[in-house]
Amino acid sequence: MKIGRSIAIFTALLLGSTAYVAAAEHRVEPGDGANERLLEALILAEPGDTVVIAAGRYDLTEGLSLAVNEVTVRGEGADRTILSFKGQTGSGEGLLVTSNKVVLEDFAVEDSKGDGVKSKGSDEITFRNLRVEWTGGPKAENGAYGVYPVSSSNVLIDGVTVRGASDAGIYVGQSKNIIVRNSLAEYNVAGIEIENSFNADVYGNTARHNTGGILIFDLPNLPVQGGRDIRVYDNNMVDNDTPNFAPAGNIVGMVPTGMGLMVMANRNVHVFNNQFDRNGTTHVLIAAYPNDYTDDKYMFVPRGVFLHGNSYGEGGGQPAGEVGKLISDLSGTPVPDIVWDGVTRIPEYFSWVSAGDRIYVDEADGTTFINLKMISQMLLPWGWWPDTDIKAYKGALPEPDPVKLPQDQGA
Amino acid sequence: MTRLLSALACALWLVMSWAASAHAISDEAILAPRPPKLLSAFGFFDDLKGQKPTAGVLPFAPNSALYSDGALKDRFVYVPAGQAAAYVEGEALDFPTGSALIKSFSFPADFRDPSQAIFIVETRVLLKHDDGWQAWAYVWNDDQTEATLNIAGARVAISTVSADGEALDFTYSVPNKNQCKGCHDVAGTLVPLGPKARNLNFALTYPDGTVENQLDRWQAAGILAGLPAVASIPSVPDWRDETATLDGRARAWLDVNCAHCHRRAGPASNSGLYLTWDEPPGPSLGINKRPVAAGRGSGGRLFDIKPGDPDGSILTYRVESTEPGVMMPELGRVLEDRKASALLREWIASLK
Repeated sequence: MKIGRSIAIFTALLLGSTAYVAAAEHRVEPGDGANERLLEALILAEPGDTVVIAAGRYDLTEGLSLAVNEVTVRGEGADRTILSFKGQTGSGEGLLVTSNKVVLEDFAVEDSKGDGVKSKGSDEITFRNLRVEWTGGPKAENGAYGVYPVSSSNVLIDGVTVRGASDAGIYVGQSKNIIVRNSLAEYNVAGIEIENSFNADVYGNTARHNTGGILIFDLPNLPVQGGRDIRVYDNNMVDNDTPNFAPAGNIVGMVPTGMGLMVMANRNVHVFNNQFDRNGTTHVLIAAYPNDYTDDKYMFVPRGVFLHGNSYGEGGGQPAGEVGKLISDLSGTPVPDIVWDGVTRIPEYFSWVSAGDRIYVDEADGTTFINLKMISQMLLPWGWWPDTDIKAYKGALPEPDPVKLPQDQGA
Repeated sequence: MTRLLSALACALWLVMSWAASAHAISDEAILAPRPPKLLSAFGFFDDLKGQKPTAGVLPFAPNSALYSDGALKDRFVYVPAGQAAAYVEGEALDFPTGSALIKSFSFPADFRDPSQAIFIVETRVLLKHDDGWQAWAYVWNDDQTEATLNIAGARVAISTVSADGEALDFTYSVPNKNQCKGCHDVAGTLVPLGPKARNLNFALTYPDGTVENQLDRWQAAGILAGLPAVASIPSVPDWRDETATLDGRARAWLDVNCAHCHRRAGPASNSGLYLTWDEPPGPSLGINKRPVAAGRGSGGRLFDIKPGDPDGSILTYRVESTEPGVMMPELGRVLEDRKASALLREWIASLK
């Protein structure tokens, strides 16, 4: 017999043991067999239960997953309960949730091989006081996303910290009804990204030392498109200065070092009361999707963007990368606080853009702006000039209602 | 004397009925709210170790199989007497309550002689209850006399010899309960993957030597109803069959190895990459499609499939990788399916 065999880590577990029938709280302690005990606790939890992960360090080799509704997974602090996936040998993420009404709070996920904490198709999913970090600093080998709800609804991200994601620290994709607040995203390529999503409030966050602070994107060839109704307010987007370390091929790879906020495609995006400072390329870029694509349903230009009441500090002094060069070749350096590529659809270029689809800027005196008029560049290469008259863009759009989440009543 | 004979007859009857019951399928075990601890409790096999099914349990196979580190697979279907699965176009057949699908994964001591010295690692069962399918894995003991229910997953050291004669040592992973649903999932519901009509629609050589189209066989056995003319049902080729078209072989491999997740209602629906058998060519099949959430899985390449350029295609990068966080599929393998990699390269090179 040449086949040796050992069940090295996991033991079979007998169903029907009474431990999981009535108890509402399952406590997992670090130590021998912690990986299988954690897996078992998450698999055998019943709706209404809480899985408590005691303080300590857990060196895990297998990704974790939760598929039971109405479960809370709670650590004893984002600096005390540490799930380390440095030795991970399987699965695409640290923790995957596929069920509804789940709360994840007060623990850390470190060094997962793929994404950190992901929810797919979850309703009422809460990520609270988590830390997701790649401890070796910004590296292309790090996982793509830190906190990663996708195809989910009623998403609450509150008080999380994400560092080192090679795409976006906090990434909400193809989801609806979203709050991202009071969180810190630093040393990621993108700090916070809301992509192909509906009804998002992003407030009270700090996005610093990323390549780009906050991205509001809409991309083609995805099952959910037409992202819209986003409010970004009361955030700090400062000191975004980490060179882009995204693996080539990913759309965030084009974000230049030193971007405060970027709106690409998308619709009805309201940006107000934010503080921008020391972003080397520019504080705000509003742009069309730049690549070729085949997708009849996709709208590649941003529609209805309204900036008002933001504070703009020093910035634009070090335009970086291809995008930075493209802008600064036209604008000069320092690059203005707000840059719009000015791309519209060709028929609209020759007629008009309806009021609800325009770009509006209502900022304090002294705020600088440029419309790069990319379409004119293409159509009238012999006679065009960028537009820096910020007053011409004054106006307003009706603001979307605040996002209300069933799991966030009274907050 | 008469009394003695009757006592003997009675004893004999008892022994026989015991033997018969030991080899009869336990519908109670299939339908119990909690699965039995031991695989033998189902009574699927007359000879457990030899994987000889009991009467009423039919072996089956898809024409193209999922790669699971090269594991040999034995598959069986059981439908309760007097009932039948209903034909469903394009999806798994609709099995009645009480049905079971059984799949054993094993490795020979030497792949140059794969019928000898076979070690069964695990047997997975899908059990159809009134409220849907249940998935469980049973891990075999060293003596190969029994397999025990496993929930949290297991790692099993495999040491064998490849078909090329090279020593092959690796750690095989038995999935945990949640991982079963990582693939067996359509729109949040646990489903079987293999028994789709298009996978069964070919002539299988049965253990008794007969060769028969499986759909015909199932229909004749009374376990499949509502079947349209078999000639009208698509047939996914065996991807290893060099007489099949290159396109058909590549699409067969992708359908069976990727499309359980990469389909519109599958766990990877958010990727926008759909590799099902009937997906028309275009960005949704990956052709000139840019990645969305690939991260380092992009390997620095710009498109999922770049026609004519296997080295510029993310698909080949991820299929050839064995690194967690990069490799695809994410679950179910630690080795590379090298023959499939070569086929996919040839296919992408042929695309224009």
